[in-house]
Amino acid sequence: MQFGIFSVSDITPDPTTGRTPTEAERLKAVLTIAQKAEEVGLDVFALGEHHNPPFFSSSPTTTLAWIAARTSTLQLSTATTLITTNDPVKIAEDYAMLQHLADGRVDLMMGRGNTGPVYPWFGKDIRDGIELAVENYALLRRLWREDVVNWEGKFRTPLQGFTSTPRPLDGVPPFVWHGSIRSPQIAEQAAYYGDGFFHNHIFWPPEHTQRMVEFYRRRFEHYGHGSADQAIVGLGGQVFMRKNSQDAVKEFRPYFDNAPVYGHGPSLEEFTEQTPLTVGSPEQVIERTLGFRDYVGDYQRQLFLLDHAGLPLKTVLEQLDLLGEEVVPVLRKEFAALKPAHVPDAPTHASLVAAAGGAQDATVYAGADDVTGQVRDETSEVEAR
Amino acid sequence: MTTRTLAVVSAGLSTPSSTRLLADRLTAATVAALAERGITATVEVVELREHARSLADNLVTGFANKPLQAAVDTVVGADGLIAVTPIFSASYSGLFKTFFDVLDKDALAAKPVLLGATAGTARHSLVLEHAMRPLFAYLRAVVTPTAVFAASEDWAGGDGPAGALAGRIDRAAGELADLIAGRPPAAPADPFDDPTTSFEDLLRRS
Repeated sequence: MQFGIFSVSDITPDPTTGRTPTEAERLKAVLTIAQKAEEVGLDVFALGEHHNPPFFSSSPTTTLAWIAARTSTLQLSTATTLITTNDPVKIAEDYAMLQHLADGRVDLMMGRGNTGPVYPWFGKDIRDGIELAVENYALLRRLWREDVVNWEGKFRTPLQGFTSTPRPLDGVPPFVWHGSIRSPQIAEQAAYYGDGFFHNHIFWPPEHTQRMVEFYRRRFEHYGHGSADQAIVGLGGQVFMRKNSQDAVKEFRPYFDNAPVYGHGPSLEEFTEQTPLTVGSPEQVIERTLGFRDYVGDYQRQLFLLDHAGLPLKTVLEQLDLLGEEVVPVLRKEFAALKPAHVPDAPTHASLVAAAGGAQDATVYAGADDVTGQVRDETSEVEAR
Repeated sequence: MTTRTLAVVSAGLSTPSSTRLLADRLTAATVAALAERGITATVEVVELREHARSLADNLVTGFANKPLQAAVDTVVGADGLIAVTPIFSASYSGLFKTFFDVLDKDALAAKPVLLGATAGTARHSLVLEHAMRPLFAYLRAVVTPTAVFAASEDWAGGDGPAGALAGRIDRAAGELADLIAGRPPAAPADPFDDPTTSFEDLLRRS
């Protein structure tokens, strides 16, 4: 099982000091957090994508490439990649680039995005959200799997004789997860392709997660990718820990009360009861997290949200220490002991390459003149006339 | 004898509440009218005051807590709805509106609804027509032609205004009973049933 963290990339005032970090500070803090995640033994770092303040992460592949260069084992992912408003051609190119630079340590999580104005800013309509996700992802898959793509659809300019470069590393596209809180169509999409399904599992009651995962597993089996319990499931989770649980509650309360998503509503105690949020000792986090399995079954990836709601970098790094030293080692052991042998691990580049029968260089060379070795370039031919 | 469920939403705040009083009169009359049509009604009352904080929380968090979700499920799953609000500042109360704000926009589509409102004077009575009816038209509910307004003076005994109120209640209840009796039992769709449209069809449509 993979353990890691995901960041929303919000720039939020620290309610205890009133100070708001600059974009530069938050961006650098996220780089530090990602490096620390590898240092404390976590497996995955996933970064969000947003195109409006108070978020900084408009270009996740830039950030993830930097992190790739400074880490060696950390799996890099997204939370989420906007499959609706991004051009699928650009996603194919950007993430194949990142996959090469990171030596395959890349997967993606597709999401539709829920910020209304982002759709019109990118020339789209939010009412087309599901259709955009379906069409764009179908094209993205072809761009990674077919060297030359001829394509025509509803939402983007047609493509004739298009080759997305670079070709996926070793001829194997990155693994894809699909994230959705409550749209069965997205769970259906994940099941249809045999891709992973991720439920963010934060800010909402676990019943929503349970119903979505049950549906995805049932449909995964329906589409013949394996039995329902072999489907690839990932969950989010939100925690705040101190050795002494009362200290955790006391320290986290002002951040909770003023948080952008749920602040000024239910109390910390009510929200902890109603959603998977756990504020307490590492032991409490271990117990609660092991309980997730009771309603989603054996799953492959657990990501925690730690840097959020204005928590200072120092505090986030302390949380990572607790997670890496006290929580994840126990979770690894306990989850592994519970998992039946026929339930697979989350796919990685290595496992996908092995499943494809070994690495194959997929470079597509431009057609060259056999005599001169010169590349035939139609544009320059036109210019020469 | 067939059975139908009748949900009653009351946004009254005081105890006793004239809004609840009107809701109860409308309910009793509708149950009687359904009985005349051979239908036994099961009545479920939702007092919005009990969910006041939960409704505010739902606006902030985007989800209903368990007690509020149970109330929402009651209303969405019912065969007919009686919705009664006090008039505040020339419209339905904020509490009343918040409950209908947190429902899914399709949740009340085609549902028979009887509207009622209460206020201190009859000068507010058209709120039923120019505030409440448009709200339920947006939600695509089927609202009875008669909506019932009760001002303080309507509760006075004797003939005249009180008699007129009783007459309006019976007429509205009969209309609601006709709507409920004229359609099959409510069966809200489960979004997690196997899809009726295959994913291949979804792909082809794009």
